[in-house]
This record gives sequence, structure tokens and C-alpha cells, in this order.
Amino acid sequence: MLKPDKIVPTTCPYCGVGCNLELHVRDGFIYKVTSPFDSVVNYGNLCVKGRFGYDFIYNKDRITTPLIRKEPQKPGQRTQAFDRSEWRVVSWDEALDYTADRLVEIYQRDGSKAMAVYCCAKATNEDNYLLQKFFRAIFRTNNVDHCTRLCHAASVVALQMAIGSAAMSNTAAEVKDCDVFILTGSNPTENHPIIALQMKAAVEKYGAKLIVVDPRRIEMVNYATLYLPIRPGSDVPVFSAMAHVILKENLYDREFIEQRTENFEAFAASMEKFTPEFAEQISGVNRELIIEAARLYAGAKNGAIFWALGIPESTHGTANALSLINLALLTGHVGRKGTGLNPLRGQNNVQGASDSGAMPWHYPGYQSVEIEENARRWEEAWNIEPGGLNRQRGLTTTEILAAVHPGGVRALYIMGENPMMSEPNLNHTRKKMQELEFLVAQDLFINESGAFADVFLPAASWAEKDGTFTNTDRRVQRVRQAIEPLGQSRPDWQIICDLARRVEKRLGRPQSAFWDYQHPSEILEEMGRHVPDYAGIRYDRLEKNGLQTPVPTADHPGTPYLYAERFPRGRAKFHPLEYQPNAEMPDEEYPLVLSTGRVLEHWHGGTLTRHSWMDDLFPEALMDIHPADAARLGIEDGRPVRVTSRRGSIVLRARVTTKTNIGVVFIPFHFREAAANLLTTDAVDPQAKIPEYKAAVVRVTPASEEELTAAEPQPRGRY
Amino acid sequence: MSVTDLNPLLQRLEAYRHQGRTALLPALHDAQELFGYIPQNAAEEIGRALNIPLADVYGVIEFYSLFYSQPIGKTIIHICNDPACAMAGSETLFKQIRFSLQEVKTTGDTPTLAIEMAPCLGLCEHAPAVLIQGKAYGHANQQTWQDLVSGKGERPSSVLGGTVSILTANCGLGHTVHLSEYLNFGGYQALRKALHSTPRQIIEEIKASGLVGRGGAAFPTGLKWEAAANAAGEIKYVVCNADEAEPGTFKDRVLMEDDPHSILEGILIAGYAIGAQKGYIYIRGEYLIPYQAMKQAVEDAREAGFLGNNILDTDFDFEIEIRRGAGAYICGEETALFESIEGKRGFPRLKPPFPTTHGLFGKPTVINNVETLANVPVIIRKGAAHYRKLGTEQSPGSKLFCLSGDVVRPGLYEVPFGIPFHHLLYDLAGGMRPGHRFQAALFGGAAGAFATEQHLDVRLTFEDLKAAGLPLGSGVITVFDETRDLRDICLRLARFFAEESCGKCYPCQMGTQRQFEIMQRIASGNIQKHDWDILQDVGWTMTDSSLCGLGQTAASAILSAMKHFPHLFKSD
Amino acid sequence: MSELITITMDNQTFQVPAGITILQAARQNHIEIPTICYHDHCTANGLCRICVVEVEGARTLQPACVVGVREGMVIHTSSERVIRSRRTILEMLASSVDLSEAPEIQSLMEQYASNTNRFPDAEPRHPPLLDDNPMYIRDYAKCILCWRCVQVCAEDAQYAYAINFSGRGYETQISTFYQIPMPESTCVFCGQCVGVCPTGALKPKRQWLLEMGYTPDEIMSLTRSQRQRRKRREESPAAF
Repeated sequence: MLKPDKIVPTTCPYCGVGCNLELHVRDGFIYKVTSPFDSVVNYGNLCVKGRFGYDFIYNKDRITTPLIRKEPQKPGQRTQAFDRSEWRVVSWDEALDYTADRLVEIYQRDGSKAMAVYCCAKATNEDNYLLQKFFRAIFRTNNVDHCTRLCHAASVVALQMAIGSAAMSNTAAEVKDCDVFILTGSNPTENHPIIALQMKAAVEKYGAKLIVVDPRRIEMVNYATLYLPIRPGSDVPVFSAMAHVILKENLYDREFIEQRTENFEAFAASMEKFTPEFAEQISGVNRELIIEAARLYAGAKNGAIFWALGIPESTHGTANALSLINLALLTGHVGRKGTGLNPLRGQNNVQGASDSGAMPWHYPGYQSVEIEENARRWEEAWNIEPGGLNRQRGLTTTEILAAVHPGGVRALYIMGENPMMSEPNLNHTRKKMQELEFLVAQDLFINESGAFADVFLPAASWAEKDGTFTNTDRRVQRVRQAIEPLGQSRPDWQIICDLARRVEKRLGRPQSAFWDYQHPSEILEEMGRHVPDYAGIRYDRLEKNGLQTPVPTADHPGTPYLYAERFPRGRAKFHPLEYQPNAEMPDEEYPLVLSTGRVLEHWHGGTLTRHSWMDDLFPEALMDIHPADAARLGIEDGRPVRVTSRRGSIVLRARVTTKTNIGVVFIPFHFREAAANLLTTDAVDPQAKIPEYKAAVVRVTPASEEELTAAEPQPRGRY
Repeated sequence: MSVTDLNPLLQRLEAYRHQGRTALLPALHDAQELFGYIPQNAAEEIGRALNIPLADVYGVIEFYSLFYSQPIGKTIIHICNDPACAMAGSETLFKQIRFSLQEVKTTGDTPTLAIEMAPCLGLCEHAPAVLIQGKAYGHANQQTWQDLVSGKGERPSSVLGGTVSILTANCGLGHTVHLSEYLNFGGYQALRKALHSTPRQIIEEIKASGLVGRGGAAFPTGLKWEAAANAAGEIKYVVCNADEAEPGTFKDRVLMEDDPHSILEGILIAGYAIGAQKGYIYIRGEYLIPYQAMKQAVEDAREAGFLGNNILDTDFDFEIEIRRGAGAYICGEETALFESIEGKRGFPRLKPPFPTTHGLFGKPTVINNVETLANVPVIIRKGAAHYRKLGTEQSPGSKLFCLSGDVVRPGLYEVPFGIPFHHLLYDLAGGMRPGHRFQAALFGGAAGAFATEQHLDVRLTFEDLKAAGLPLGSGVITVFDETRDLRDICLRLARFFAEESCGKCYPCQMGTQRQFEIMQRIASGNIQKHDWDILQDVGWTMTDSSLCGLGQTAASAILSAMKHFPHLFKSD
Repeated sequence: MSELITITMDNQTFQVPAGITILQAARQNHIEIPTICYHDHCTANGLCRICVVEVEGARTLQPACVVGVREGMVIHTSSERVIRSRRTILEMLASSVDLSEAPEIQSLMEQYASNTNRFPDAEPRHPPLLDDNPMYIRDYAKCILCWRCVQVCAEDAQYAYAINFSGRGYETQISTFYQIPMPESTCVFCGQCVGVCPTGALKPKRQWLLEMGYTPDEIMSLTRSQRQRRKRREESPAAF
């Protein structure tokens, strides 16, 4: 029987739930993961990724030495190099000097607008804070963003508009305190597995009633009192029709509206047109179901709304989110335990990366770059001359790529992200990546984006470094080093500091912004000095259960739920809404709506999970299609199909299942062999700039085995 | 696996769909009947139709010995292997049939005939007994197996005796008493009388009668009803425990086969008394004929307005559903029986909470044995005072005794409580087989204890037997003459418990197996030095620490044999 | 908060909150009652009976993990009857399953002076090891039927219902539907079952391989992704 050399408590690197892990280490090899049963986040439960999905650390394809491309790359002719023979192994000094030289060259030639960086929702708060600081303080650019843009940007914008703060209002585990909760645009059994367990328990053990509103018949429907199978993109009509019913039947919370909100009259007037009949016409949901759902939610003592990317990833994502916020304000279901507006964040640290300023419009702590006082504060913090920081909003992820051309963005620094899998309309992304003059990839593997890079900086994995993650319900938790970084890999924060010092030296401003941290705790404390929500956070306070922000002072216990007394913007604001169709609607040529997302066994672009034993469990892309559609199109379960949109075409196997509804097909976006984002549209929400991942129109035709990019034996199904 | 046409099953599943999990055993019975076993795809369809996780469906199939997940034979023959039948030669019968079986051709991969040893089939007075495709035959050794299989075998009819006939008044007529006959005999008058009293008055009457449960635990029936009546909740149930499986017991089978309406009447009165609207009768899977008799009686009663809404023009509504077990002795344990009706493995529950507050489907429930319920109409019709004229102060009324083994006239005997054992044995049952003498008697079945010659004078009452260290149990007395090796009897009892343990709690799960292994050794004469100590430790651990009555009594007979016949368990 | 009641345990009098179990009362007062199947994370079912205690007035011994305290209850946690049951249960366990990776049970055996060879001719349960999925192995020869895995797969955590039982009595085993391989079942490989298994019957595959003597490098080269990468590199180096 194997005995561990040590057991290291840490936080899971996959989704936003932020499960507590214990890594069992023997001779530097993590052979087992357990979870403490007294964890306040996951109560000892884990999902397949948390418990078994860490082995990518040891994958033979992992890069553990700095690399420079043998063949110099030119803008427009940039190629992908997956094979190590195309790279030269170099020392850290050479790699970092080379990187510094090239970055400085471009910056000095083209200025701030030529520089851009993708921070990373998988990296720690400290890593992200430093990387945005690097680009803001040294290259004076706000072209800083990360994948939050591609997930909850519209939720964040809507919540900022209506409430003034963008996080989950309540703790996920409080779902057991609800009597009614709405789940929409979210498939938690695959994407937030541990929150799904808490939701199931809420229904099965605590008597909560669940309303699912989703175009897919997700597993949680089995636990639902009401299921509203909406057509993709009909969120605003359905939720507004619920508001319509609540208004008509006087089920709203007058006192709450009077005391804590504004703009009710204009909003109420705009709801007039959203009759249940109208919503039924647009959404295909029986009007009686909508009425029943409205009564159930409004009649709850504690009602909550949980949503994920089905709401924001739309050209009207901001409106979608506002329709949910309106409902909560209308019924007063916010500001108490077991209520709330709860956007389930996807990445392990998307909340923290956003908090840490990895966003183009905000400094850390959501301090707008356009407000002079904020810029001054950070100039002082970072030892920069007054007026030194850029006061203009930077470019978002999609805009950064769109701006890659002479005179636009020339140098891109990617830490841990993979736009070549995660951006919409990948054929377009590919062209833009090719156009770059200089590309730095800092990652564990050469993924589809890193393969374009000039220089590859091998980063340490989460198990090889210290830091903090902030999970979906704002809990800042410790990441602890369990093993030594493999090979020559280094923690991201150390790479950034080393590089920043070299760049500063070349720019002739040595030590302007202080890059000599001894430990990541100093980085978080630096941030906390200027971000009030993090002011009270110290590593020694995070030992067991972490702390939920805001934590304004060193003795503050943290904040399980928000808005008990006031909203950040004072009064919460109702927003009148209009119905707007998706950018693309099904037609004769493209009769089906494609929704994209994740499966339980994989993570995003697959950089980690496809280098794990996880890939054995779910080895190839599958397109879910309803039996009725399949029969009509002559598609058989397990046979290859070609899926074509206006932008591209892929071939993969079909899975005929009632988990999706008629007219909707679903493809996960993890598989490079059949990259779903070749099909998606890059049309974006005008306010949040988030692409419409959930509604591209496609046609599906039977294909042959030979057309599959990587012919594989049939996988064994899970259901 | 061969392709099975599931359509007949799918049609039957339609009727179960709305019931959900509780319809699992009925659905599995249907599949077993249709296909001779339960094919995997049939189990999938059942799970889907009833919304039960597939692993759970399999778990239930695996729990019950009358369900087969693999094809074993087109015709399945069960031969009773417990003491009364074994003494009448069931093992020889088994060997004969198995020998003959070798001549039987097989079709495809499924043999035509399959033969299995079975626990007590409740036909001890007709030993040796067999079931062929669920149909019961007695004295099977006096017929050829071809006759048995072709259905020419003897169908057992009741053998009655005793000094009174109160519960058995309508029994032994050679046929099932039909509703019209039952009404002629004064049937359903007790129900009529009850419905004109208050529930409280009924409960008081039952309490006054001193009636205690006849299933073995002897709990006062009136108190049980009172607790259920007082329990909070709108929905309550009455459950008739007809899972008669204690080796040696057959009284409930006779009552159900001969006089089913008296049981229905008892259930109806219990339902009225506690405020229930639904009753269940859970009949062991091996009892096909009693099941058919009860089913017919329920249909007749419903037709005549004794079941349904506004019974006898009162506002009393009541329905009865009959459920079949599927081969699991443990389901005679009341909470295991509830689990079984709910469509689960028959694991007994932890008590408390007790059934009177948390019973079937978690609702307040009265669960009574068949014989107990048959007493109810008698008490109500004639009054508690009249009822108490028979029997003793602490054991009023009459009792059914199932007498089997080495007696001249095995059968069902109704006597007033209080007669001495020797009177029952020698005067009523004709005594020992000619030329043989009494060695021992097993009181209370497998879960019981041995009586010896010194007990022949004991009076058959709860109080006298308790004082003598003998359980009355369900009224089983299996008699052994001097030719019988009691070690062999103990081995059979040990095997019975090893096969029937549900496996939930450790003492019983492992203890019954270890006890069986040690008894195998002892019965074969290979007694080892430590066997006595180990058997004592295992026995007392099961008795002290098991979760339910099964485990708590699984060593009872063996411990009593060790006490009365210690030399049998020692090597010198 | 809640009402306090008085109980006597091992001749000491304690005030304890009403509504708690005997086990909780004992732990609060530092009296040790051993447990095997009990787990704070799971619904207590009173299976192993190793926690039985003698309660005055009760006919049988009572499982401390599920029986609640009552006013005036007199409890003996280590009477002779109690010790006999515990020792015998441990001896029977040792004769039935492989306890080599159950250190807690081993130390209980020592504590109760259990003879590991009390039943020399006993038939142990020794089903073959099941290695049917990439995440964990199932070695039911080590399974003590504590039910934790079945419970966490169902209502105690995951609601996946991938496993239940086969057989009954001594022959009971944990099983999928018709014993199908785990990947064909409703298993989602969360491994909650692995997390609560007390005897090493359920074990992460990588731990098992390491114990079998494979090196970390060898273990990683067994993954499908490695086989794939090799193949893919040979065929089309720049596939999308």
C-alpha cells in the first residue's frame, strides 16, 4: 500500500466551483487526489476532472524548456509548428532576452497600440495582476483582456449597468436555502458538476423547486418542476413574459421596488408587449408554462436565478442578462441568503483574473481606466510618472485579433490561452494569427495558438506554484505548490517579473514599477492596497476555507452574499427591453441552430484534458442531434456527419439523443480535429463585445468515414 | 444474447408507468413469466418505464431468488429442502429428477427443465413439496416426475384438525369459499358492525380482546392500531403480511386458499380503525394458488361494493392491492416488506422509527399477519368478552398450529390457547409414527428453538412457552423422532439462513455463512476443537448485534440444540 | 441551543443535547466507540455493528451511530457482550475479505485482540479485480460492503446511480447493471466512491499502476492521448 510523502491541500484548476483538493505526492509524482469532507465549497465531492484530470502535468508532450522557432516568422506567412523539431531549445536568458528585444523593438517603433496581451483565467490572481501590470505600466497599453470576454462579458456588463457589480451575488451552496430557483443557459452537471450536486440535493433533500429554461434537455431537467424548452435566442421574450405575468397579476414586491430600485415605470411599460402569447410565438414554449413559471418564481419565499453562458454568449447577451436581473428586482429575490443573481463563472479563476484587472476597460478592482483618479492611483502604486498610464479603453480579445494589421496590433503575448480554439470563426482567427509580427506563448503545451509563436516560455502548472484563485462565488482560495516545476519550467509570475526587468532595462527605466517579489503573497498584498475588495486578504487568512470578497479589512470575515443593504450603484436599475433576433436565424440553406459548449470530461481548447487520461474517456468530438432531426436528415447514431455554416465546415460523428431538442444541434469545442469554432459567428453583442457562440445556423449532412480528420474507434457512451 | 421480442412486455408496462418504482416487482414478475428470465434489454425497458436507475433494477433482480438474470430453463422446478420435506425424502427426489433431467433435450442454449433446491414452500403437511413453474404439488415422491411436469401431480388440499374451528370455520371445504358462501356464513357482518361504530371503539374492542400478533413477535394488535391511528398524516396504510416463509409454517396459506374474505374483512376493519384508505396484501412469490384466491376475492369484493368508494353506503373508501414477493424470506420482516412493495431490495430498515409512524412509503402503517387479521372479524362480530372465553388470561382466543415432521397426521390444528403440547401431539395429531418415539420438536420454525421430552407437558400459551424458553413464533411445531440426526436439521437451518440473509448488516451477512460452514463440518462428523466456541461466538454475535429479527434469531435453533444436546457438537 | 438531557455512559454522567446519537454523545465526551461503515459524509445505515453498545433495558445491543440518546439512558460502551460482538465481527471480516489496505480495521483488530485466523476453513470472497475504465480499478476482494460507494453514487452525493448490488447475503457484491463495464454505465467518473472507500477496494488507476511497479513515465505512456499524439505526428504534423 502506497504511502504519500506528503499531502498538499490546494484548489482545483478546472472550473469556477473552486473545489478543495488534496494532492497525494510520492517521489514528486501526484498519484491520487482526494478532497476534505469538511470543505465548505465541495464537501469532499469532486468531478472527474478534479479527481483524475491532473495528469497532464506529466504528459510527455509538455514543454519544459524555453524554445525559439528555428525558422524566423514573417507577418502574413506565419506557420504553426507543433513538432519540437521545428523549435530550438534555448536557455531562459536567451529566450527572455530575445522576447524583450522584440517587444521593445515593436513598442519603440509603433507605440502602445501595437502591444496586446491575453491574460489567463486559469492562472493565479498574482500571475494576472502582474501580467496586466506589465503591459499597462511598461507598454502603457490597455489592450489587456482574457477569455472572460468570450464567456460572461455580457453578464458582467448587464450587472454593472443594473447593480454596479458583476459577481455572483450569493454563495453557490446556498441553493439549498432556495424554495424556487431558475436555471437557464447552464448545464451544471457537465460544466459546474459540484454545484449541480448541490442543486440536485436542493431539489431532492431540501424541497426546492427547479425551473429549467434551456434549448437543450439537460440532465437537470430530470429534477425540474417546470421545463421550458426555448428556441435559442428567445430568452428576452420568455423572461420578459414572466415579468409581464408578474406585473399583470400583481405578484411583484412593491416595497423592494420602491425602496431599492429605480426606473420601474419605464421598465413596466416596456414589458407590456411581452405577452405570454408573444413569447410562445418566438420561443415555442407553451404560454401556460411561462405563466406557471412566473407564478412559481414570484411566489417563492427565496427565489434565485442561476445562469451560465447560454445567456451572455449572444448578440443580445446584455439584454438577455438584463431580462433576468429585471425579474429578480421585480420580485425582490436578491440581497438575502438563498436568493440572488448568480452567473456561474466558467474558469477556475475567471472571477479573479477579472478582479485583478485583466480587462481592457478596467484597472484591478473594476476601476475604469477612463477615470482620471483611478489612473493616478495606479500611477502612484506602480511608481509611474503622472500621466504615464493610458487613459483610453483598450481592445477586447476579439478586437485585438481584428486589429492585427500594419498600424494596429503587432505583438501579442498569450499566457495560457488558446484563441485558435476558443475564438469564434476560426478561419478568420487563423488569418489574424498569421498576420502578427511577434507572438509569445507562455504555456504548458504547444497548443493551436502557441504553434504560431516565435518564442515559447514553459510555465509551471498549478501544482508547481503558489498563489490564489478566486472562484465563482468570490471565494479567494490558496493554490499551493505540491511538486517542483518540471524541467526548467517556471511559475508564470516569475517569468513575468524576469521579463519585465529586462524590458525596463532596455527602456531605460530600471525598477520603475518594482518587480522583485519574493513570494506571490506580496503581489496579492500589493493589489489589496489599491483594491478595497481585496484589502483584508492575507495568505495566512486563507488557510482553510478562503475568504469571499469583498474583504475590506484585515479582520473582515468575508461576504457570503451581496447587496443585503445596498447595491453598489445605490439603487438597482430596471432596464426596458426589446426583442432582437439572433444575428443568424435558421433558413432553408442552414436549417439548424448550432449551440456550442463543453462536456464534462474536457476543458475548453483541450490543452490540458486532451493531454490527460481524460481523453480516453471522451476521445472524439460528437454532435448531439435530436432523433427527429436525425431521421429526417438520414443521420445514424455514431456515423460521421458534415456540419457546415457560412464560415466553415467540419466532419465528426453524430450522437442521436433527446438531450437536445428538435432544431438544435450541439458540438463541444474541445476538439481540434473538428473545431466547433470554425462554424461559429463572430457577430458580437454591441455592448459587451461577446460573440454569439450559442446560435450559428448550420446544415448537417451524412459524411463518410474517410472524411473524418482522425478516424477513431467508436467511443463508449456515458449514458 | 438471443433477440427477444419485448412487445408483450412493453404493452404490460403501460399499465405500470404512472406508478413508478413501486411497480417494479410486478413488472419483473411479468418479464420473468414472459421470457423465463429477465433479459437485459427487458430490464432496461422496465427501468425506463418506471424511472428507476438501471443499476437499481439489477440490484432488485439479483435480490429475489425467483428472478433470473440469465436463462436457466423453460420449466423451473423448485424442490423444498427444509426439514419437514427433507425428512420426507426431498433430496432423493431432487437426485431422481436431476438424473432424469440428463435425458431431457435442451433447445438452443436454454435447457428445457431446470431444477433448484428451494427454501420451505409452506406445504409441510404434504411433504415432500415441489413447485413447477410456480404451481405447488405435495407428496411429490409418490409421483413420476413426468407426471409432475405435465401437471398431473397432486394438488394439496387442506388438512385440518384441532378442537375448535373459529378461524378455520370456513376452511377445509375442498374449495375456496366464494363471496356468496362467505356472506351466507355471516361474512362482512363484522365490517358492517364496525362501520357503525367509531374507529376509536373498534380499537378499544381489539385492545380489550387481548389479541396479539400471530406473525411471531406477539405485539398487542390494539396498541399497534392505536399508534397508527394517532400518528400524524392524511395518508395511512394497512398491510397484510402474507409473506409466510418461516420453515414449517403453512397456516396463512390455508387461510388464504380456503377463506380469503375473512382476511379482507380484517383488513377493511383495520383500515377503518386507523383511517387508512389503502391496503396491501404482500404474498410470498411461491404462493401462486393463495395469490390467485386472494386476487379473485378482491375482485369479487370490489364488485360487491365491499371495496371502493362509499363502502356499505358509508363514507368509508378503501382499496386493496395485492403484491407478490419473489423469493426472499427476509421480506417477511415488516420493514423489508415495505421496501419490497416500494420496488427495492428487501433490506430491513433501522427501527426506530417504527411502521406505525414511518411505514410503507414513509407513512403511518399497520402491518399485521394474515392470521391476526383473520381474528379481527371474529372479535368484532361477537365482542371482545366472547372472544376471551377461549384461551387464557394472557393468551386469549384460539391459535393455529402447523404440525409437521414425524407425526401421524401432519396438518393445521386450531386449538384454544392453553392445551398441553402432548395433547396436541398425541391426542390430536395421532402421535409419533408407529414404532418411533419422540426425540425433539422445533418450535417457531428456523428462527425457533428445540423442545425436548421435558417440554411435552408445557401448555401452549405465550406465557408458558416463554417461561420454558420456547418461542411460539408463528405456531410452527416440527417434530423429530429418535431416528433423526439433529445435526442434519441444524445444518439445514444454517443453510436456510445463509441463503436468506439479506447481507445488510455484518453479523448476519458473515455470521450465517460461517455458521453454515461450521455446521457442515459438524454434520459430517469432522468436529474441530474450537468449533464449539466459534459457534457460540458467532451465534451470540448474530443474536446480540444483528440489525433485524432474521439475524437476531438465525442462531436461535442451533444455540438451543447446543444447550439441550451438547454432545452432538463435541468431538468426543 | 437545544435542550440538554442526562445520560450515563460507562458509569459517568453527561449532559448532552437531545437529538444526537450515542456515537456523537460519546465523541463529545471523549469516549471512544469504534466505527467501520460510518462516515460523516454518508447516511448512517448501521451496517457494520462494530459500534454496538449495551443500553440498559434493550434486548439487543444498539448501534451507536444511529440510535439517539434519551433522557436517563444508561449505556455501556465496552461490556463483555459488546466486546464479544466487536471481536467476532472483526474476525469474520478478516476471514471474508482482504484487509491488507484497511489500516483502521487492522488496528481495531489489534485493539480487540482478534484472531485473524479464527475461521481457518472459511470461504473468503475473492472476485477478480475489475480494470474496465481509465480512472479507477475495482478490487472487490477488498470490499467490506460498507455501502459508502453505492450511497455517494446515489443520494449522498452524485445522483449517478451507476452501482448497486448483485447477489445477496454473503454473496452480495457491488455491481453495475448486469455487470456491464463502468464506461457503459451511468458512471460519470467523479470518483466520489473512490474518495470514501475505506479498504483500497476502489483505487485511482495511476495509484494502482504505481503500486504495480510502473514508473510515472511508463504510466503516462499508457494514455490514449500519447498513443494518439505519436500517431498523429507521424501522419499529419499540421492538422488543424
